[in-house]
Amino acid sequence: MIEIDAITKRYDDITVVDTVSMIVEPRTVTVIVGTSGSGKTTLLRMINRLVEPSSGAIRLDGEDSRSIPGHELRRRIGYAIQGHGLFPHRTVAQNIATVPNLLEWPKARVDAKVEELLSLFQLDPKVFANRYPHELSGGQQQRVGVARALAAEPKVLLMDEPFGALDPIIRAKAQEDLLAIQKHFETTIVLVTHDMDEAFHLADKIAVMDKGRVLQYGPPPELVRHPANPFVQTLIGDMQRPFRLLAVSTVAGATEPGEAGGEPISEDLSLQEALAELMWSGRRAAPVISQTGEMVGRITLDALLKHAARPK
Amino acid sequence: MTPTILVSIWVPRLLRGLLLVVLLAFLLSPESFESLLKPLVQPNAPAIYNQGSLLTITLLHLRTVFLATVAATVIAVLLAILVTRPFGAEFLPLSRSLVNIGQTFPPVAVLALSVPAVGFGEKPTLIALFLYGLLPIFENTLTALTNLPRPVMEAAKGSGMTSIQRLLKVELPLSLPVIVGGIRLSVVIGLATATIGSTVAAKTLGEVIIAGLQSNNLAFVLQGGLIVGALAVLIYDALGAVEAMLARRAGLA
Repeated sequence: MIEIDAITKRYDDITVVDTVSMIVEPRTVTVIVGTSGSGKTTLLRMINRLVEPSSGAIRLDGEDSRSIPGHELRRRIGYAIQGHGLFPHRTVAQNIATVPNLLEWPKARVDAKVEELLSLFQLDPKVFANRYPHELSGGQQQRVGVARALAAEPKVLLMDEPFGALDPIIRAKAQEDLLAIQKHFETTIVLVTHDMDEAFHLADKIAVMDKGRVLQYGPPPELVRHPANPFVQTLIGDMQRPFRLLAVSTVAGATEPGEAGGEPISEDLSLQEALAELMWSGRRAAPVISQTGEMVGRITLDALLKHAARPK
Repeated sequence: MTPTILVSIWVPRLLRGLLLVVLLAFLLSPESFESLLKPLVQPNAPAIYNQGSLLTITLLHLRTVFLATVAATVIAVLLAILVTRPFGAEFLPLSRSLVNIGQTFPPVAVLALSVPAVGFGEKPTLIALFLYGLLPIFENTLTALTNLPRPVMEAAKGSGMTSIQRLLKVELPLSLPVIVGGIRLSVVIGLATATIGSTVAAKTLGEVIIAGLQSNNLAFVLQGGLIVGALAVLIYDALGAVEAMLARRAGLA
């Protein structure tokens, strides 16, 4: 758990982050969104003390982050950034081993970890371990960057626009991978982005920042249904609201008993995907199957529309 | 590879190899070149330098340049590291001026001023070359250390490296090619400048040139000058190759 307690950062008389308090639950993905200059990156960088707060405190599992030296704190917290920041003079394996080596893990453990992470990120260790970063594609570099951040098994992973430099197709894949990895390691992730689609796709909770303050902090549907102020509403986008609501719920929650014809829809798809499927196939309803392939009911256009409607 | 690329790669390499062979042959057995140089001198004058072994003088010349460059490298790199640390930043303008003075102050004047202090011989030459060689190495190191890719530095810090670890594991390895570039410049300037050390009795190839000037012996002047020139070209190229290799290894090329 990360407790951010009235944290403030001032540069001379400019306040970049203004008394922000929030609690990040363990094993969740929290996304901080905001326009550039909103203070979101500074807030993130105060968690691992790359930026020292002017006032306020941050506690990790109850421990004040100022109670240990900055470099030791940063070895415990994973950090991945836009443009990956891989060390160009070190191989992929050496890059991933950075923090474990700083922590002086025995060599066998480091090697095993590197291999595990490479396999997990679908990079064949035999092929990639000894390559240099400039020999990789953008998507591969980004994966190695995240693997490096996770190498010392941190409980917390901070990510600053990690997918910003990727093209849309690779970005979507990277986001899926991140969610899978997050489930696998049960890492607490705090991610900064200015991309609302990305935020809604990844977040368990979203914090909206503007001018150094957190305007609203809550689960995505809450932001759509009850935006705290016009800025949040604008950021979400008026036209996008129904689709955002559909995007953050799965078919399972809107399935009703009954039958329907045609291709079945998997219950772990999002409602947005289900709507797209119904519209595209010209149906008013479709059968729903569970992950194991059993028929569990049907999903109807009416149910979808109800889910997308403004709360009364 | 196209023929033009083959030509552009191999012709210079062949020429350099040839230059090296000729230089070595001349240093090991100067007499075999006597007939070539004979037409340049008056009938009874010697065509090959006869007041010492050319090989020994060349080695001493190289030694002087080497020692001065090592000292200049150590000091310039340390200085550049110092002024790029947070605590040393305020010394940057001062150290820049000092190093600039070293470069603008004529080596001859340095010789003249240092002889009374340290006596004749190799020492004043070392001092002059050291001062003269500081600037390129300092400026290159400074440029390299201040232009490291931001995301890489950010990642180094974010992964929990201490400032010493960042310097040794990331900053210096990535700066090395550019630092070697500075050393390369410094060495070439030093090779040529070392010749004037012979005016204060340092054993350098300047001795051969000065002897030629004093006895109106064109062959002496020419062999002294050509050896220095050949050394400069060969060492410049060799360090250039080292620089390129380091850049490749640093993943920068």
